Amino acid sequence: MIGAGVLRGMGVTFKTLLETYPWGRAILRTLQIPVTDGIFTIPYPETKQQHPERFRYFPFLVYDGTPDNLRCVACKICEQECPPQSIHIVMEKDEQGRPVKAHGRTLPKQFDVDMSICMSCRICVDVCPFDAIEMDNEYELSASDRYEHMIFDKHKLLKSAEYFQKIKPTEAATVDQRLAAKKAKTASPTGDKPSQPSGP
Amino acid sequence: MNSLDQLFVNANAFLLGLLPVWARPWISILVRLSVIAVLAPAIMMYLTWIERKIIARMQNRFGPDRVGVYGLAQPLADGLKMLIKEDIVPRGADRLLHLAAPILSVVPAILLFAVLPFGRNMIPADLNVGLLYFFAVSSVGSYAIFMGGWASRSKFSILGAMRSVAQIISYEVPGVLSVVAVIMVTGTLSTAGIVEAQAERWFLFTPWGFVGCLMFFLSGVAEVNRTPFDMPEAESELVAGFHTEYSGMKFALWYMAEFLESFAVCAFTVTFFLGGWHAPAVPFWTLALLLAIIVGAGTRLAIPVRGAGVLAMLGAGALWGAQPIPSWIWFFAKTYALIFVLVWLRGTLPRLRIDQLMGLAWKFFLPLGLVNILAAGLWTQFPFPLGTAAAALLLIIAGWLLVRANAPQSLQPQRVYVFAD
Repeated sequence: MIGAGVLRGMGVTFKTLLETYPWGRAILRTLQIPVTDGIFTIPYPETKQQHPERFRYFPFLVYDGTPDNLRCVACKICEQECPPQSIHIVMEKDEQGRPVKAHGRTLPKQFDVDMSICMSCRICVDVCPFDAIEMDNEYELSASDRYEHMIFDKHKLLKSAEYFQKIKPTEAATVDQRLAAKKAKTASPTGDKPSQPSGP
Repeated sequence: MNSLDQLFVNANAFLLGLLPVWARPWISILVRLSVIAVLAPAIMMYLTWIERKIIARMQNRFGPDRVGVYGLAQPLADGLKMLIKEDIVPRGADRLLHLAAPILSVVPAILLFAVLPFGRNMIPADLNVGLLYFFAVSSVGSYAIFMGGWASRSKFSILGAMRSVAQIISYEVPGVLSVVAVIMVTGTLSTAGIVEAQAERWFLFTPWGFVGCLMFFLSGVAEVNRTPFDMPEAESELVAGFHTEYSGMKFALWYMAEFLESFAVCAFTVTFFLGGWHAPAVPFWTLALLLAIIVGAGTRLAIPVRGAGVLAMLGAGALWGAQPIPSWIWFFAKTYALIFVLVWLRGTLPRLRIDQLMGLAWKFFLPLGLVNILAAGLWTQFPFPLGTAAAALLLIIAGWLLVRANAPQSLQPQRVYVFAD
C-alpha cells in the first residue's frame, strides 16, 4: 500500500511527541502502548548527570588527617613523566640546601599544576610510588583568567583522603589496602621503628 | 454567543461610529492594515517557537526553554539578535537587488492576509477575485527568491534559487487545478463566498474535495519550500540555498516570508476545503454519540475511563447546540492544526530527490488534478448518492492507475557478482 510507510513513520514521531509529556505518557499507558521515558536531555546547570565513579578530570594531592601531613615527598617523578609538562615541583629545603622533613618525609614547598594544559591522562597517578596524587572529578572550573585561576598551587590542590574515599570508594579502597600492606612490610622485617606499630 | 463571535467586527464598527463620516473609509483601511501589520510578525515569531518546540519533542529534546517560561521569549531574543547582527553583503554582489529581494519576498506574504476570512464578517478585503489574487500574489515570491539567489553571486545561492523557481512553477499548476473544482462547485472566486458555500458541508468530505485538499496542501508545502520539499534549502547539498549569503535582518526577513507563507498555505487550505470559520457541519451530537460508542466499546480501556469518556462525549454533544465557540477561534484552531501537520511532516520525512519532486508534480498531481475536475463535475451533475459514488470511483481508479504507471521500474532482479580475479 502506497504511503503506509509514511503514515507509520508519522505515527512513530507522534508517539515520541506524546512520550515527552506526562499527560501524553498517561494517554499511551491508558491505551496500553509501551512507553519510554521521553526526553533524554539533562538540563545541565539545574540537574547534573550522575557520572560514573571512574570519571576523572584533573589531579589533586592527598593528605591524611591534617593538611600538613601530605603524602607527597616531592620526588618529582610525576613532574618528569607528565606529557604536557603541566606539573612544577620545588622541594622544601633549609638554608644549607638540605631537605626539610615533616612527619618523617620530605615535602614540596611548591606544587603547581597548570590545569589549562593538563590533559587528564592519569600518568602522574600511575607513576606516583606514594599514592600521593589522585584524579578528581570536579569539572566546573571555568575561570576568566588563565594565570590567576587555572594554575592550581599546593593549597588549592590539597584534598583529604576522606574526600578521595568519598568520590572514588573502589579505587580508594585499593589504594588504602596497598598503603597498609606497604606499611606492614616496612614495619615487620626490621621491627625497629617505634613510630609504626603493627597493631592498634 | 453572537457578541463574542462578532467581537472584533462590533468593536471596529463602534470605533468607526465615533468618527466623522468622511474619515470612516480611511480609518477603516488603517485599522485593517495595522491589524495585519501587528498580527503577521506576531504569528511568524510564534510559528518559529511552535516549530522548534514540536520538532524538539519529536526528537526527545526540550527545545527552547531558557528564555522566559517554556522559552516563550525566545522569538523576541532571536529577533533582537538578528537586529544587531552584522549585515554582510558578499563582494561582487548586486547590493540593490540583494537588499530588495528579502523585502520583495515578505511583501506578498503579508499581502496574502488581505483576502483571508478570519471569521464571520471578518475579512480585511472581500475581493470578488480573492482566489485569483491569492495565486497571483503568492507567485511573486518566486521572483524574490530568484532575485536573492542571483544577487548573492554565490553558486549555492543560484543553484538553490533555480531549484526553487522550478519547484514553485511546477507546483503552482496542480495547486491551481485542485482549486478549479472548488470554483466550479461554488461558482465564485471570492474567498468569503467559498467559505459561505461550505456551511452545509466542508469540501473535505466530498470525494473531489478530499483529493483536492491533499493536492492543494501538498502543493502549498512545496511552494513554500518546506520539508519534505525543501530542495532550495537542502542543507546537505546547498548550505542554505538561496539565502546562503544573507545575515542579520535580511535573513530574518527571508524566514519571516517563509513562515508567513506556510501560515497562509494552511489558512487557505482551511478556507477552501476545511470550511473556513465554520464549525463542523455534522450535527455534533451524532459525532459525540459515535465517539461515545467507540469509547464505551473500547475493550483496551479501563471501565472508569470508558464511563468518563462516554459522559464527556455526551456532555460535549449537549453543549454543542449552543455553538459556544466563536467563528474566528474555529478558523485559527483549524489553521494551527494544519500547521502542526506541517511541522509533523518536517519532523518525520526526509527530503525528496529533485526528480521525485518534479515527478510528483507533473506525473501524479497534474493528471490527478484534471481527473479531479471531472469528478467534481460528476458530483455536481448527478444527485447525491450517484454523483458521490461516481466521483469516488473515478478518483480511486485514476489514483490506482497513476500509482501503477509511476511505480519505479524494479532493478535487475538478480545481480551477477564477478570476482576481480
